[in-house]
Amino acid sequence: MALLEMNHISKSFSDLEVIKDISLKVDEGEVLSIIGPSGSGKSTMLRCATMLETIDKGEIRYLGERVAWVEPDGTKVYPKGAQLRKVCSYFGLVFQNFNLFPHYSVLKNITDPMVHNQKRDRREAEKEARELLGRMGLADKADAYPCQLSGGQSQRVAIARALALNPKILFFDEPTSALDPELTGEVLKVIRSLADLHIAMVIVTHEMNFARGISDHVIFMDKGVVEVEGTPDEVFEAEHLRMQAFLGKLQH
Amino acid sequence: MSFQVMIEQLAGGLTKSISIFLLTLLFSLPLGLLVSFGRMSKNRIIRSAVWIFISILRGTPLMLQLLAVYFGPFYLFNLKIGGSWRFTAIIIAFSVNYSAYFAEIYRSGIESMPPGQYEAAKLLGYSRASTFMRIIFPQVVKRILPSVTNEVITLVKDTSLAFSLAYAEMFTIAKQIAAKETSFMPFIAAAVFYYIFNAVVAFGMERIEKSLDYYT
Repeated sequence: MALLEMNHISKSFSDLEVIKDISLKVDEGEVLSIIGPSGSGKSTMLRCATMLETIDKGEIRYLGERVAWVEPDGTKVYPKGAQLRKVCSYFGLVFQNFNLFPHYSVLKNITDPMVHNQKRDRREAEKEARELLGRMGLADKADAYPCQLSGGQSQRVAIARALALNPKILFFDEPTSALDPELTGEVLKVIRSLADLHIAMVIVTHEMNFARGISDHVIFMDKGVVEVEGTPDEVFEAEHLRMQAFLGKLQH
Repeated sequence: MSFQVMIEQLAGGLTKSISIFLLTLLFSLPLGLLVSFGRMSKNRIIRSAVWIFISILRGTPLMLQLLAVYFGPFYLFNLKIGGSWRFTAIIIAFSVNYSAYFAEIYRSGIESMPPGQYEAAKLLGYSRASTFMRIIFPQVVKRILPSVTNEVITLVKDTSLAFSLAYAEMFTIAKQIAAKETSFMPFIAAAVFYYIFNAVVAFGMERIEKSLDYYT
């Protein structure tokens, strides 16, 4: 059974159709990368999967269960309240600009959702959060505040915060686009270590070598449609003009 | 009248000024938050009604509002007024008036919050209420504190408007003594009291701002 299924998704912003009838599927432990030029709809696809945008057509299923869909008459059916929180507990999202809570310490950023939303024991949560920070190489930053962290450290805290809630699937929305090459490296290393743990991940990224190395499946999007998809080798070697032009541009 | 008696009488008035000040803050700060929710409501009718409410309260003199609240029951319902109603009317007029100003300050703070904070909170499982109480509001407080300080300092001086209802707060007392003694001295003494009152308030607000300096 697929963890996530998005079937025939379409999405427009006013007149502009940014996603045109796209379907995708993520299985347990699978790593899916979505690549493509800016404005191709990659991030929008991720925001639809995580309920931050509503879809105009299609359906979204988590663990086989239909959680959001559009009726034939155009009515959007979305979960609310406790049901929405249950759906959101299936996944975590790592944002391009981190979105840590600036008024909470690093430790509290991680433990507050565990304690307040998942009703877990505070001590146990703190213990687990410290272990996670250790794995991220941030054991000494537990009591720091987000404003004292570098971008790479902030992003690793954001990853720890998402992981702490035990999501079945982790989404990354251009997690390194706000970082310089050195900081990018430390974040990519952490994401690679997660792949080794067989956590399902969907990654929107401009890091081509990284995507090629880590993914089980790659989707190349352009102008709201999937142009090429398959294994990393199939996609990166594909004789597809737009795809090659996109990769070529990156090699300059 | 000796200097000491004058000071004692003014000090008596000052305690009443302070009670207007404290009670107004106690009621107008939460009320202002409620009004700001109405101002940002998705419901167009509520939003417009609250907009009109704020516009009237900010667009007419507070002194006139004091008179309207105090005499309203008499002119509208022919009720007997006076006694303890005087003080109640003052607190109602001040609280409602200040809630309009605070509402706009809250709104500016809430609308300045980056959407990413709401999105992160939603995906981390916070309910709408806890998102506001735990994530948004504490950050809003920090952002709006300088504007709130301004209003609070204005309120200290505005308490003197209660003289229009002949309530015995400090300014009313100063005016009475000045008239009786044909002296300007009571006003100077009152000015010093207001200044000290405000210095204490400003110091307190600064302390609160400092206590939130630990993050940006």
